[in-house]
Amino acid sequence: MNTPEDLKYAPTHEWSRRDDDLVVVGITDFAQDQLGDVVFVELPDVGETFSAGDAVAVVESVKTASDIYAPVGGEIVEVNEALEDEPERLNESPYDNGWIFKLRLADPSELDNLLDADGYERVAEEES
Amino acid sequence: MNYLPHTPDDIAMALRVIGVDSVDELFADMPKALRKPDMDLPSGMDETSLLEHLRGLAAKNKGGGSSLLGGGVRNHFIPSVTPHLALQSEFVTAYTPYQAEVAQGILQATFEYQTMMSELTGLPVSNASMYDGASSVAEAALLAVRQAKKHNKVLISSGVHPESREVAKTYLKPLGIEVVEIALDNMITPQPEVDDDVAGVIVQSPNFLGYIEPMADLANAAHDAGALFIAVCDPLSLAVLKAPGDYGADIAVGDGQTIGNPVAFGGPHFGYMVVSDDLLRQLPGRIVGETTDEEGKRAFVLTLQAREQHIRRSKAKSNICSNHQLAALMAAVNLSALGPQGLRDVATQSVHNAHSLAKQLAGAGLEDAGFKVEAEPNFFNEFVLRSPVPAKALRRALADAGVQAGVPVPSAYGLGNAVVLSATELTTQADIDALIAALQNVGQPAPKQVEVAYD
Amino acid sequence: MTKLAPKPHDVTTKTSDNFPLIFERSRSGRRASAPPKPADTDLAALLGADNLRDTPPALPEVSELDLVRHYTQLAHRQFSIDGNFYPLGSCTMKYNPKVNEETAKLFNDVHPYQDPSQVQGALELLYNLQHDLAEITGTDAVSLQPAAGAHGELTGILMIRAYHEANGEGEQRRVVIVPDGAHGTNPATATMVGYKVVEVPTGDNGEVNLEAFKEVLGDHVAAVMLTNPNTLGIFETNILEISRLAHEVGAQLYYDGANTNAIVGRARPGDMGFDVVHLNLHKTFTTPHGGGGPGTGPVGVKAHLRDFLPAPLVKKTADGFDLDFDLPHSIGRMRSFYGNFGNLVRAYTYIRALGKEGLEQVSAMAVLNANYLRVRLKEAGFPIPFDRINMHEFVAQPPEGLKAIDIAKALLDYGVHPMTVYFPLVVKEAMMVEPTETESLETLDAYAAVLADVLRRANDDPADLLHAPYQTPVRRPDEVTAARNPVLRYRPSEPV
Repeated sequence: MNTPEDLKYAPTHEWSRRDDDLVVVGITDFAQDQLGDVVFVELPDVGETFSAGDAVAVVESVKTASDIYAPVGGEIVEVNEALEDEPERLNESPYDNGWIFKLRLADPSELDNLLDADGYERVAEEES
Repeated sequence: MNYLPHTPDDIAMALRVIGVDSVDELFADMPKALRKPDMDLPSGMDETSLLEHLRGLAAKNKGGGSSLLGGGVRNHFIPSVTPHLALQSEFVTAYTPYQAEVAQGILQATFEYQTMMSELTGLPVSNASMYDGASSVAEAALLAVRQAKKHNKVLISSGVHPESREVAKTYLKPLGIEVVEIALDNMITPQPEVDDDVAGVIVQSPNFLGYIEPMADLANAAHDAGALFIAVCDPLSLAVLKAPGDYGADIAVGDGQTIGNPVAFGGPHFGYMVVSDDLLRQLPGRIVGETTDEEGKRAFVLTLQAREQHIRRSKAKSNICSNHQLAALMAAVNLSALGPQGLRDVATQSVHNAHSLAKQLAGAGLEDAGFKVEAEPNFFNEFVLRSPVPAKALRRALADAGVQAGVPVPSAYGLGNAVVLSATELTTQADIDALIAALQNVGQPAPKQVEVAYD
Repeated sequence: MTKLAPKPHDVTTKTSDNFPLIFERSRSGRRASAPPKPADTDLAALLGADNLRDTPPALPEVSELDLVRHYTQLAHRQFSIDGNFYPLGSCTMKYNPKVNEETAKLFNDVHPYQDPSQVQGALELLYNLQHDLAEITGTDAVSLQPAAGAHGELTGILMIRAYHEANGEGEQRRVVIVPDGAHGTNPATATMVGYKVVEVPTGDNGEVNLEAFKEVLGDHVAAVMLTNPNTLGIFETNILEISRLAHEVGAQLYYDGANTNAIVGRARPGDMGFDVVHLNLHKTFTTPHGGGGPGTGPVGVKAHLRDFLPAPLVKKTADGFDLDFDLPHSIGRMRSFYGNFGNLVRAYTYIRALGKEGLEQVSAMAVLNANYLRVRLKEAGFPIPFDRINMHEFVAQPPEGLKAIDIAKALLDYGVHPMTVYFPLVVKEAMMVEPTETESLETLDAYAAVLADVLRRANDDPADLLHAPYQTPVRRPDEVTAARNPVLRYRPSEPV
């Protein structure tokens, strides 16, 4: 399982990358592998505001659908519209081309609640 | 009668294999208090007695096959070939086509059905069918609210079938969605005020009374306010009338009985739902899609299933699970049997007969008795006849005279005593003559007991 | 059943290998039927020129024989109960008697808006069926209106909501409890009625975990939805206690009737304490599944809920039978007219054919067959996660290292339908088998033999099953592409 050291993780399988006051969010390599071929991503609207733990987006494979939760609270400032036509980006490049949305961070201290790579791998191993 | 293959030896052998002494032992998990309930049910019957019983019940019905009764469902011509093909036992006794490899028959037939409904409605994306027209209207309203997100109001024309409006309210009320009715003005829907919080505007054309609505104008009014426009149409009428896609409707729904299913005391028929590309992901119910198999051959599968209840569970777009596959298949076979010209012929002759009926009624000297045909605005194959006696009493009096006609118009329409009359391509001059004669009799000074009994 | 020897074959596919669509058989000017010839009619004058469509719908144009060939060949590309053993768990794919089809036809031309005096036979049948289903479910009143099981659920939960509202507890009770093994329709239905869903876990014995159930119970709960026997095919032995606990906090108990075939004629949901019961007439009562519907999902209720039923019911009067709209708290209509009447005729025919004793034999033989097949599958090498006496169905698993989907696909080559796979969700790689009572022991033995053969092949060549089936009209269609790039209707490749 590929779990980059420089990212923060939620136990619900989202990764977060801080970029000043923004946080980029996607799903982990482990999550995309468990889901199988992603066929559709339901994106939030730019401008919507979420609290940490709210369901923000939905990722569908042929036989399952999973909610994507906000790892931290904030306002959606950008979504990866390329996923509408190329949902397979989530499988092929989960940490890069497959990012899902960017939040404007409401409270930076919420990032401290997230897991580091080691902590997340332990969570993932328990589920696999 | 039963349908069990088990001989006493079979049962003994099976019990031995399972390792129990009796069938009752298999039910040991059931609390004793529950076992062997006292049920007031008759004993079973052999096939001859059974058929006699059912035929006896059927014989108590009178006047079946009338072509003068409408109100959403009508007796239309169904060629013999339609039920022969659609009701083959492979189609009748199959389950939902989850194993695509052994369900190409139903999957392909459904793909073809979706194409036909798309052609009729002028909209691109059809599901595999729904329960009936009324529940399809309710599901369309729910779809509009989902799509519009924060908007929580739906406008529905009173021209929409009263039963469809009732069902929409049943579905929407518990979710806190406001359903506002638009009253008709001279039999059709006036231009409504559409507020910003309206998610959808629902209009039926031809409407419940039979008249053709100004759909293009109504669609514009909805769209100007950012609401979806939902057209409710008898699919038979779409053989000749403008398609919902032509006037910009976002969703077309309706009951599909008229294009290939018998009236059957109201069901099973099927509902259809066809939507614009934008609404594809919000569409409830099953959908069949085309793909290829391992060898590159064309194949059909149920697709976009991640929207559905068996995967999304509490987050599904709807709880709808089944469709009305077999009834939809009847329609698909029937549309193929009729073809575009046959369907047009059926629709045209229905229109012709209905207008002929209206004209003959208007010329039959019934005004003095208090009857009045509402021949304006344009109607398709149903229209209103105002009556001097209450609608149900009129229907009963006609039935007593051997004529099955006159769907009562609910009093909420403000038309006083009125019924909807209908004609199809099967209506004959003899049917029309019988109706006129019966109306003339009703028009005579009524015997007292009729008014007392049925008022 | 035929045992085919599956042979992998190398194929290069050509477009001409595609089975044609009816649209591809179409030739302009062909016709398959002759409706009454229309009179000369000026549609523009009668309907308004602006109201007419410019181009006709592009429906198929085929001769009658082309039409017959097309749909007959499509039928040949389709498994069905009539042709194949079809032991889908939770679906009750039993034989659908032919006499039902004969009796249903007797009512085809009865119009729903005829005066009640003209349709006394149809109304009497509905009245009798209301009575029979109330007796079978142990309830006091039955609505025949719902068009499917899920529609029955919606009806039932709407009624429960209306009931709590009438008692002034509508705001307080916002939660519906369902077991984690429940059918997906249960949580979907609760959400559709505006309720929050709370799942209660399955215990080690395959039943609802009673302690966990007590923890989530309270006076905020509107309803508890249960299937009994549950989706593992196990009878909830604590059902009377569950009922007592639910009612103690004022919740209503809802019976999902999907598994009624296990208990019909032998135990009644109403006696177990259920307040609302839906039945799937297309399961227990032999109305055909039709390739996905129409189903029919009547709802029975205890007396305190009668007035909340959707109108109309059918009542008996001094003069005969009539529609009864007098239901003061009715939730309103659930659909048009009086339900899927044709299916109501079929179910009534079935109930009256079997009678009381016959129905009792149905559940007896359904449970016998399911237990017999469980033992046979275990002998064939399939683990049984809850290995105890089951009711009408049971859940097996593939041996370690194999996937349920590959076993399912392999079965197709033998002319038998797979069991339900990947449901219930509480068992990994679940294979849920429901043979039903109308199958003979020889058929069950043959199915077990086929499954043993599948395991043998997997053992001999692990890659073999991954590409199965080999002999079906198409093989492992690409569902990913279908969902990523939906093609949902035919478009001619060039302008016609």
